[in-house]
Amino acid sequence: MSQAVSPLLVVVLLLNLFVLGTSRLRAVINAAAWQGGVLGLLTLFVHREIHVQMVTVAVGAILIKGIVIPFLLMRAMRDAAIRREVEPFIGFIPSLFLGAIGTALALLFSGTLPLAPEHEGSLLVPSSLATVFTGFLVLTTRRKAITQVVGYLLLENGIFIMGLCLLDAMPFLVEVGVLLDLFVGIFVMGIIINHISREFASLDVGRLSSLKE
Amino acid sequence: MALALVLVPIVVALVAFAVPSNRLRPWLVPLAAAVHLALVIWALGQPALVTLGGWFVFDDLGKLVLSFTSVLFFLCAIYAPAYLATHPERDNRIFCVALLAFLGTLSLIVESHHLGLMWVALESSTLASAPLVYWRRTPQSLEAVWKYLLVGSVGVALALLGSLFLAYSAFVSGSPQSLLFEDMVRAAPHLSRPWLDSAFVLLFIGYGTKMGLAPMHTWKPDAYGEAPGLVGALLAGGLTNCAFLAVLRFYRIVSVAGEGAFARQLMIVSGLLSMAVAAIFMARQRDFKRMLAYSSIEHMGILVVGVGVGGMGVFGSLYHLINNGLTKGVLFLSAANIHRAFASKSTQDVSGALRRVPLSGAMFLAGFFAITGSPPFGPFLSELTIVNAALLRGHWIVGALFLVLLAVVFVGMGATVLAVVQGKPPERYEAHPYKETFLTIAPIVAFLGGALMLGLYVPRPLDALLHGAADFVQGGR
Repeated sequence: MSQAVSPLLVVVLLLNLFVLGTSRLRAVINAAAWQGGVLGLLTLFVHREIHVQMVTVAVGAILIKGIVIPFLLMRAMRDAAIRREVEPFIGFIPSLFLGAIGTALALLFSGTLPLAPEHEGSLLVPSSLATVFTGFLVLTTRRKAITQVVGYLLLENGIFIMGLCLLDAMPFLVEVGVLLDLFVGIFVMGIIINHISREFASLDVGRLSSLKE
Repeated sequence: MALALVLVPIVVALVAFAVPSNRLRPWLVPLAAAVHLALVIWALGQPALVTLGGWFVFDDLGKLVLSFTSVLFFLCAIYAPAYLATHPERDNRIFCVALLAFLGTLSLIVESHHLGLMWVALESSTLASAPLVYWRRTPQSLEAVWKYLLVGSVGVALALLGSLFLAYSAFVSGSPQSLLFEDMVRAAPHLSRPWLDSAFVLLFIGYGTKMGLAPMHTWKPDAYGEAPGLVGALLAGGLTNCAFLAVLRFYRIVSVAGEGAFARQLMIVSGLLSMAVAAIFMARQRDFKRMLAYSSIEHMGILVVGVGVGGMGVFGSLYHLINNGLTKGVLFLSAANIHRAFASKSTQDVSGALRRVPLSGAMFLAGFFAITGSPPFGPFLSELTIVNAALLRGHWIVGALFLVLLAVVFVGMGATVLAVVQGKPPERYEAHPYKETFLTIAPIVAFLGGALMLGLYVPRPLDALLHGAADFVQGGR
């Protein structure tokens, strides 16, 4: 494993906290895009030797997570003419706080799991869990449909980090399938976001509350 | 050949996309369903088919689930053209394509014996079914599909994390690097325990979300309430069963690894919780389609409790998988007919279904008795098998809670069902043009006949398949 891995993972963790603490949607989407890009780069550094498969996965991740999906989200944001996340179910400062606690817990929990010698002492497993947790937090506490999709994207990013530990074991086909599914999933969500904004003239999922007991 | 089961529906979906006629297109669905069913019947006679280096395997468990899925889809497909004909003004292109693609992805889930491929198949099935849930294009169906997609995707994402944990448990222990189920079962005794346990929890939560187990069931009432009846039947008897199959595949690995007791505990708790949640929300439920969703949550709970108690419970659970699916076909399709006849799915507007739509009303009532475990229908026997297994294996409290919850559900569901079928139809619906037709009734009769037959006698080949699959789940062979 190269020296660059830990600093890159620290960037990923900082971007998590940034997403939790900011209300401007453009900044949130940008942060998710940067995180996707960093993960793509990370793919190249996790293993000593670089082969074609890795480069393909790296380029695919940078393209899909770093460029295409953020572009789709930006467009949805422009179409719906919204800029900010307002009144999340849990405020920005408390969610930052929760994010920090989640990261600490992820570090503690991954300390109890036995690691393969080549991952000993690296931040791969804890940052994966922390990013999954952050995604979950964003998904459950934000009101805007776009922010929820960003939460889902973070969740997938966390899983991608875990996938990096297994780059040799995961067949190429599966990696590509996962990326493709993520893309199609977010594409379909984008279509629905479009319908939501037309139907309700708002992207506030708080309005999606006619179905309940 | 195993590939054909996946490819046939996908190819017909492409054809359906190209067909311009809104009237002819829906007939492609029963056509593809018939070909799929014929292929499945042919494949049943073959020994386990292995294709593409073990990525596709058609084993006993797969045979059981896929043959049932195929029958379910076939009957729903017969219903589909008649249903779509009642909405001639709407373009059904996306609906037909999504329906066929959905069958393809379900077949892929069942056949894939590779951790990653199965995940991709499950996520694709969520995506393929989203347009089906959104078919009515109302604000409510928009809300339903948003929850369906988001909750479903998060669930499946957790399952992916679980899959990676499982793969890592093999990596840490230095076992050979393979994500094929059979290789993992072979390596199971050497897998790293902490990773394996965490993996099972994540996989159970993830695929349990797709099954609709409490507390991850929140998408279900909305999706089933807003989707057309035939889609409800396909989700309740098809997709949820396939997600259950995924759970079983991992349970097999875990039980061979010797961590079965842990997994069974998790299943019992989650299953009973699902039954309890269903029992609570079914009481005083005014919307009869949402009521069916809670019934589905309850029966998914029953399935995992069956595996949780172990022994004959596993057999009972697999038997119940079929009984529940058949009965859900009766309930969802007859509820759809009633919904159309009254243009409402609330007991505030609907009453006297037995007079307004006599056949659908009668079958809705019969379906209610069947699903709540009244003899002589199949669910009675499968639920009895599970209770019996619970008591025989010393799970007294589980058995008692199981029976109490079944009784509570019977009362709660009965109130809503009786309100729908009994009494006099409100006068304003007397002149409503909707009429029952052969194609909207025959599939329901077939489903009910199946549920009745399985309560009276189980055909020998099915019995053998059930026993084979139950052994397989518990780590046999």
